[in-house]
Amino acid sequence: MEWETVIGLEVHAQLATKSKIFSGSSTAFGAEPNTQASGLDLAMPGTLPVPNEQAYRYAIMFGLAIDAEIAKTSVFERKNYFYPDLPKAYQTTQLERPIVGAGHVDIELANGTKKSIRIHHAHLEEDAGKSLHEDFHGMSGIDLNRAGTPLVEIVSEPDIRNAEEAVAFAKKLHSIVTSLGICDGEMSQGSMRFDVNISVRRPGEAFGTRTETKNLNSFRFMEDCIALEVERQIDLIEDGGKVIQETRLYNGETKQARSMRSKEEANDYRYFPCPDLLPVVLDDDYIESIRQNLPELPDARHDRFMEQYGLSSYDANILSGDANMAQYFETATKVSGDTKLTANWIMGELSARLNAEDQSIKHSPVNAEQLAGMITRLVDGTISSKMAKQVFEAMWNGEGAADEIIEAKGLKQVSDSGAIEAMVDEVIANSDKQIDNYRNADESKRPKMLGYFVGQIMKASKGQANPQQVNEILLKKLNELI
Amino acid sequence: MTIERADIEKLAELARIELNEATIAETTQSIADVLALVDQLQAADTEGVEPMAHPTDAVQRLRADEVTETNHREEFQAIAPATEAGLYLVPKVID
Repeated sequence: MEWETVIGLEVHAQLATKSKIFSGSSTAFGAEPNTQASGLDLAMPGTLPVPNEQAYRYAIMFGLAIDAEIAKTSVFERKNYFYPDLPKAYQTTQLERPIVGAGHVDIELANGTKKSIRIHHAHLEEDAGKSLHEDFHGMSGIDLNRAGTPLVEIVSEPDIRNAEEAVAFAKKLHSIVTSLGICDGEMSQGSMRFDVNISVRRPGEAFGTRTETKNLNSFRFMEDCIALEVERQIDLIEDGGKVIQETRLYNGETKQARSMRSKEEANDYRYFPCPDLLPVVLDDDYIESIRQNLPELPDARHDRFMEQYGLSSYDANILSGDANMAQYFETATKVSGDTKLTANWIMGELSARLNAEDQSIKHSPVNAEQLAGMITRLVDGTISSKMAKQVFEAMWNGEGAADEIIEAKGLKQVSDSGAIEAMVDEVIANSDKQIDNYRNADESKRPKMLGYFVGQIMKASKGQANPQQVNEILLKKLNELI
Repeated sequence: MTIERADIEKLAELARIELNEATIAETTQSIADVLALVDQLQAADTEGVEPMAHPTDAVQRLRADEVTETNHREEFQAIAPATEAGLYLVPKVID
């Protein structure tokens, strides 16, 4: 019998503000532990929160980008639970009156199918600190630099039916927040984290009991984790068992999941409106001014890329999806002047290399100007595509700009037709037997016989002759001999 | 609304407050008294009254996104029970 998977996502995106949501501490990543944790972040008595206007602005930008209603009055609440990385013993968040109401995010699947995923709401809240469970004499270490970093939590409806849709949805959200510039999208630094709610049911029946897998920070982990959990639930039910509502943790490295805590003994969060914060009231003009200043969104950019650069929908999708990728492409293509070659290099060699080393394009060792510099030399014939790969490799290893590398490695392609002609003549003069064979061969067989001559000429030129010119001159000379 | 001893025990557990036998009875009674007041309030006719999130009829002021805090780790950690390598140390917790 068939099973249907039902998935809903809760996505935490760290907002790219300079300071925290309720205090003036810096949110910069990678600082020494607890050097960005102020009295308020540490829950010192007597401190009071003041909300960051930019965090509000960013959450509203997201809401407008997904066609959602923006709440003119929103309220912060306390979500009470004990954990050492939460010094106040409550998280300040929104529940009844979140800033962003219902909206939708549209996705496109590999086969071209389009689907709209409904967003239940999105709310503002503060991030917690970090617990380090390495051994500190049997104790845990707490770093509160992250405590109070503004988050927007995006909650989807259970509209997702498989891992592919879930990943497409997550990628689209990533694309929206990075395009808006409200989140840096650095998943390896935890800037975007995904909680996946999964259940299975017989088609047409009521929703099954769901489990929640928390804190996935890679699209691949999400895909693997969904497959694993769906299989676990189906096996469990088919063996006569029952899925229990619980929180699970997935380890992407070992590809294993385990139960974290079951909801039965789970916290009762005892939400109530935060007495330290008043309702935030915004007017139409404020919201409208944000709408007027929204940057280009992924869907619009996709269409523009097709129109402006003549890209296929598929290529436009890849190049426009990630805001940093889109910027890289536009910079590189402007400098190189060759859209097609630039697109191919970014989607091919560069992407493969970035993926292999788990790097984001923003931190690519080869920047857009450098790649364009190399493509310029490909276009003007200075280097062959084979040499370009060598140049790319050297640029990746930090050996400098394309021109410097071409010079240093003597990679210049010989495009001087006189020099190539001389080499062709020499090879022909030393290949009597092959020339006889060529002359006597049937015309249809001749093209295949060219390989030998081209090989000899390239060898004579130490691989630096322009292959196109070699072909042209060689054919001309051979035709004269027949 | 009535409150039972079990409710108080659960709340104490959630709030990480230890109550002994004597105080459980006392606490149950005083919370029951507060809830009786709440019951009186519930009886008021609030038809057409917009719920408020705060007793004052004021609106939250927002601040500009500026880093105004500086590092005071030394001072804060001087009053912490245990620290190491810049971290606050707490009894081991693994969920």
